[in-house]
Amino acid sequence: MTTLQRKSVNPIAHLSADDIEAIGRELDAIRDEIVASRGERDAAYIRRVISVQRRLELGSRAVLLFSLFPPAWLIGTAGLSVAKILENMEIGHNVMHGQWDWMRDPKIHSTTWEWDNASPAEQWKHSHNELHHTYTNVVGKDNDLGYGIMRVDEQQPWHPVYLGQPLWNFVNACFFEYGIAAYDLELGRNLKSKKRRRSPEFRARLKQVRRKIGKQMLKDYVVHPALSAATGSFLHTLAANAVANLVRNLWTHSVIMCGHFPNGVETFERNSIEGETRGEWYLRQMLGSANIDGNRLMHIMTGNLSYQIEHHLFPDLPSNRYQEIAPKIRDLFDRYGLNYVSGPMPKQVGSAWAKVFRLSLPNRGAAKIAAAAPRPVSGRKQQPATRWQRPATDSAPAHAGS
Amino acid sequence: MAVNQTLRSGAWRVVELLTTPLVPTDYLDVVAPLRNARVLRARIVAVRPETRDSVTLVLRPGRGWRPHEPGQYVRIGVDVDGVRLWRAYSVTCAPGGLSVTVNAVRDGAVSNHLIRNARAGMIVHLDHPAGDFTLPATRPGRVLFVTAGSGITPVMGMLRSALHELSDVVVVHSAPERDAVVFGDELRTLAADGRIRLIERHTRTGGRITPAELAELVPDLFERHTWACGPNEMLDDLGAHWARAGAEELLHVERFRPTVIAAGDGGKVTFGRSGTVVQAAGDVPILEAGEAAGVLMPSGCRMGICFSCVLPMTEGAVRDLRDGSITTAVEGDNVKVQTCVSAAAGPCHLDV
Repeated sequence: MTTLQRKSVNPIAHLSADDIEAIGRELDAIRDEIVASRGERDAAYIRRVISVQRRLELGSRAVLLFSLFPPAWLIGTAGLSVAKILENMEIGHNVMHGQWDWMRDPKIHSTTWEWDNASPAEQWKHSHNELHHTYTNVVGKDNDLGYGIMRVDEQQPWHPVYLGQPLWNFVNACFFEYGIAAYDLELGRNLKSKKRRRSPEFRARLKQVRRKIGKQMLKDYVVHPALSAATGSFLHTLAANAVANLVRNLWTHSVIMCGHFPNGVETFERNSIEGETRGEWYLRQMLGSANIDGNRLMHIMTGNLSYQIEHHLFPDLPSNRYQEIAPKIRDLFDRYGLNYVSGPMPKQVGSAWAKVFRLSLPNRGAAKIAAAAPRPVSGRKQQPATRWQRPATDSAPAHAGS
Repeated sequence: MAVNQTLRSGAWRVVELLTTPLVPTDYLDVVAPLRNARVLRARIVAVRPETRDSVTLVLRPGRGWRPHEPGQYVRIGVDVDGVRLWRAYSVTCAPGGLSVTVNAVRDGAVSNHLIRNARAGMIVHLDHPAGDFTLPATRPGRVLFVTAGSGITPVMGMLRSALHELSDVVVVHSAPERDAVVFGDELRTLAADGRIRLIERHTRTGGRITPAELAELVPDLFERHTWACGPNEMLDDLGAHWARAGAEELLHVERFRPTVIAAGDGGKVTFGRSGTVVQAAGDVPILEAGEAAGVLMPSGCRMGICFSCVLPMTEGAVRDLRDGSITTAVEGDNVKVQTCVSAAAGPCHLDV
């Protein structure tokens, strides 16, 4: 974790290798406890959320058939916005993480779920589950850090083009679902060279995205408005759908900015994760994520990503259980002298935006000195990562049965 | 007609667009789960106790159900503590209806759950009826049924629907004791009315019936078509006896598939589509074992978080290398497992 060592205050200087493995053991114990107690109550929770979401969406769509009348437009648009947020956050994101695979319900399963978003589930699962969650906050590996269009770390060299990044970020927020689709496609990288543009793999994925976007657009901007045409509400319904998508985009973008951008969150260098153990991986998730404080409604509307730290430690545990383990995780942070980054939404969003503005300009002050410091040589052994292997305890083997 | 069809499929495509990325039935399921013909379900209409540890569930299947033939079984999917588990049960009623009788299996997750918790109004999942333990279309003149324990259930399905077409029926049934005979009253009534000859055996006092005893009790054994269902040892004995007499074609056997898989350490992993078979150690992820054998495996994070490597296990047992938990699948199951953190815990079959 070499990037950390270059900060003026290294947040893990006080931890020994044994401490890090001990943290790993404690976290595995928390995971075991939740896995063992998953059951009826959790299954009922996700089924209920799905049922509420579908009823809300159906109801709102029905009301929007009469969106010529302003109150109907308002109610329908608000309902549809909430339905879309629930669908993307608490349902889609979490189902695709495999959080509900243990139920063995083929309808609520990571391998079958498709969501109301421009990005096809399959592609999103690759860029989000695999790249972002494995390489969380590793500059150059985790493209969620700035989505490849922004400078989000002092270590990244400044270029005049970054002056415009507050504007890009705002545009990206408004069209977030398309931004994600483009990001899953690695559009920037793949459009650069002719060879990449023409590769069959890229073209197949591009076609997949185009089909998905086409269907989504047809639904929201043609078919549903057309149904409303009978009451003279074509344009009103079209506008309602556009607003609902915009609201959902702005909301999800804000929630996601709060997860890894606010002040206090650490980033890591590429070579710092070579041969990383399970304990070190856990530690990186702890230092690389930030929470949002709020009430129950807030947690549900963020898909429990307000518990981003807990989610990053255990991305496949049911989202409704993060709240329950948060105090234990916080206690772990306290005992090992680590910084549990959490704050109310306006503060976290503000902090993330401040960073976007700050890094649009060249480094100044302490950041400039730190960035200019010589890079330490990585002293790690190069081994294939076996991060599923649990830190060994003195008395028991790493896992049962082997 | 053709115009009608074009219109209907066109209209359906518009409806599908309205609900994309979901399908219209996903919304239908929220309000009317039995109307979805693509996902077979049934509502429990009544729960009738049979013996101390068995109950009959009367079911009303939803759209898409194909009627069974007497003697066939049906797989029922039940959510036990949030996890959907499937078990096969013989249909015990005549075609046109659907009822199954569930006998408690020791440590059986599904049977005990149903016996304790099944209530009228509950929804269960269904598969289409299957199995060839059935009577032929031209009914044989003389028939023998040899059953033990819950082996009576498919036979009861046959008796209830086809007894009026059979002229000479002998039923030899074994159970631990008189009170444990499932459908005991009904069988005894049929015998009292002279419609069947019933030989009831209580194994707790009389021990298991041997083929020699059976030959004594039913002298015209090999002049009858015989249907037998019960524990494997009994069926093995009967099979050997009929084979010795050169009368195999007269014996029809139904084995209840064992649902208990003893989890071991490592095992033979079969990759179904490629036909590759490897002997995998108990601490090697199936993903690695497959790759080492040249199987094209989907993979991702290799640490159990991204779910890109998930594959269906159609039979066998695997162990989660992180926490040691065991996941099993029996024939007919399709349990998805994370191959990067799961190792073989006995022979297993993956659909890749």
